[in-house]
Amino acid sequence: MSSNRFIHALYDDDDTLLKAVKNIRSENYDIEEVYTPFPVHGLDKALGLEETRISIMAFIYGCLGLIIAVVMMNFIMIQDWPQNIGGKPSFSYLENMPAFVPIMFEMTVFFAAHLMVITFYLRSKLWPFKKAENPNPLTTDDKFLVEIELSDNEKGLTSLLKKSGAIEVSVIEKSE
Amino acid sequence: MEKQMMYIFPNKIKKIAIAFMIVGFFGLAYGFLSAPKTIEESKAMIEANHVDHHGAEHDEDNLKSYGTSTISEGSKNHHNDELYSNLDTNPNNTETHNEGHGDAHDKHVFHQLANKPWAAFYVSAFFFFMVSLGVLAFYAIQRASQAGWSPVLFRVMEGITAYILPGGIIVLVILFLSSLHLNHLFIWMDPEVVAHDKLIAGKTGYLNTPFFLARAIFFLGGWSLYRFFSRKFSLAQDNASDISNHKKNFRISAAFLVFYIVTESIMSWDWIMSVDPHWFSTLFGWYVFASMFVSGITAIALITIYLKSNGYLEFVNDSHIHDLGKFMFGISIFWTYLWFSQFMLIWYSNIPEEVTYFISRIEDYNLPFFGMLVMNFIFPLLILMNSDYKRINYFIVMAGIVIILGHYMDVFNMIMPSAVGDKWFIGVPEIGGFLFFLGLFVFIVFKELTKAPLLTTGDPYVQESKNFHY
Repeated sequence: MSSNRFIHALYDDDDTLLKAVKNIRSENYDIEEVYTPFPVHGLDKALGLEETRISIMAFIYGCLGLIIAVVMMNFIMIQDWPQNIGGKPSFSYLENMPAFVPIMFEMTVFFAAHLMVITFYLRSKLWPFKKAENPNPLTTDDKFLVEIELSDNEKGLTSLLKKSGAIEVSVIEKSE
Repeated sequence: MEKQMMYIFPNKIKKIAIAFMIVGFFGLAYGFLSAPKTIEESKAMIEANHVDHHGAEHDEDNLKSYGTSTISEGSKNHHNDELYSNLDTNPNNTETHNEGHGDAHDKHVFHQLANKPWAAFYVSAFFFFMVSLGVLAFYAIQRASQAGWSPVLFRVMEGITAYILPGGIIVLVILFLSSLHLNHLFIWMDPEVVAHDKLIAGKTGYLNTPFFLARAIFFLGGWSLYRFFSRKFSLAQDNASDISNHKKNFRISAAFLVFYIVTESIMSWDWIMSVDPHWFSTLFGWYVFASMFVSGITAIALITIYLKSNGYLEFVNDSHIHDLGKFMFGISIFWTYLWFSQFMLIWYSNIPEEVTYFISRIEDYNLPFFGMLVMNFIFPLLILMNSDYKRINYFIVMAGIVIILGHYMDVFNMIMPSAVGDKWFIGVPEIGGFLFFLGLFVFIVFKELTKAPLLTTGDPYVQESKNFHY
């Protein structure tokens, strides 16, 4: 039943966009996607998007980094090649721990940050040299675009979008 | 402009504050009266405490005095020359060595016990003063950065900074009384100590009583002056037709921040670091700053939530509390970062002059020293990490109370080890001192809140601040 016709409404102000999105959703239309040149505060809530789970992943990645740091330093500094640094012989990880804390911290941050970015790319299906899916290059400049799937309600939806402050409403067909 | 509701100081809070002051006063008075007046009294007190395990206790003392902790104790023993010979002796010799030291040891213990109520008084006086000074810095940052989220909280901050002058004067009086040798908090003020201590003698160009007191007066004068004018312009802006007062406030706030970060650093060396005149840490000013900043922000959050729960500050919403929570969380971690930076470098380099500071804390103050880390770092980290929790007043209040007590412990750990050594205890004078200054703080702050509308109506950013949402 899914058609491949979409309606594109262009806005030129983020506040107008935010109000329009709330308006459209209150009229029971499903918004496919919104393209914006910058993050709009509160748009995710207005769109009713599920809360991101990336923070949970960040925590897990951080723990992973911490564990790797501990295991790595325990092997390098204690097991494999213990040295006497500054009168503090490396016989025990725990006793030498203050010296390892900076590395433990950095590895936690490193793993959390990098794996978060990679996760984000994978989840968003982004990779180098990927062709942009952006329907209108104006949304990389100063315009906001709302994409709604069309069924048989073209007229009502167009007037609703016009009324909500859209500067341009157009219907396009996508070939899957 | 809507009609502003003025804050009315509830009688209940007033009574509680006064009751705290009275109870605290008696606690402190008890501390002072029960402190030994003479060396004989102090000896009798120690004997009474150690009557059945005296022998074992003594052996332990001997062993300890052979270790590195002797350096800090030695310096207070006024026998610094012997200190270095003490380090060279082997354990068998310390027995006889300590016999000869008996008198000096008794005198030292007497000083520690006599210092105890003074130190309890000073720690609390400084702590509540520090909260207020931290708020002043936070306030100046909001002014200088032209922050849009915080103007609804300006009157709360101005209320808290009202404590700077009275609280600062009490600290000044304690410093002045110390310089009259009524206590032994600052051992470098004692000419007899300086005469026997090459390290302190080398610092007399800076560490001398007149210069020390002059600096203290200058700092407090500067901070109070900024507070006075900033409050004046803030009140004048309420009914002004232009924003000239706001601009003036912006300018003096920027200037104040420069003045503050220099004077705050020097103040921390003077008022805190110099109780341990052999020890030094170059990031100490930052460390004390982090402590006062986070306790100040916590105080703002707690008082804001209290006022809001009583129907005031209706323009403060969850997002403001959320932001204060973020600051509490962030600055707690900043404090830990500085704490660890100070600790790790000194631990790693292991230089006797420096590392005694931490050895005496880990040996004699194990629970408060590491307990403070739990209260100031682990607890806020776990409680305030979740974004949603920072919007729940209950969590902010819970974390806030722990942070406030934790930073009191921080000041306690900074002052007590060199003032009273291992004779510390959180007893009547310590709790009394805390209650006394808590009562005084609440009384002055809430009194000040009644003097002006709780919203800075004339501030150009006040509407933005009211609309602030996350």
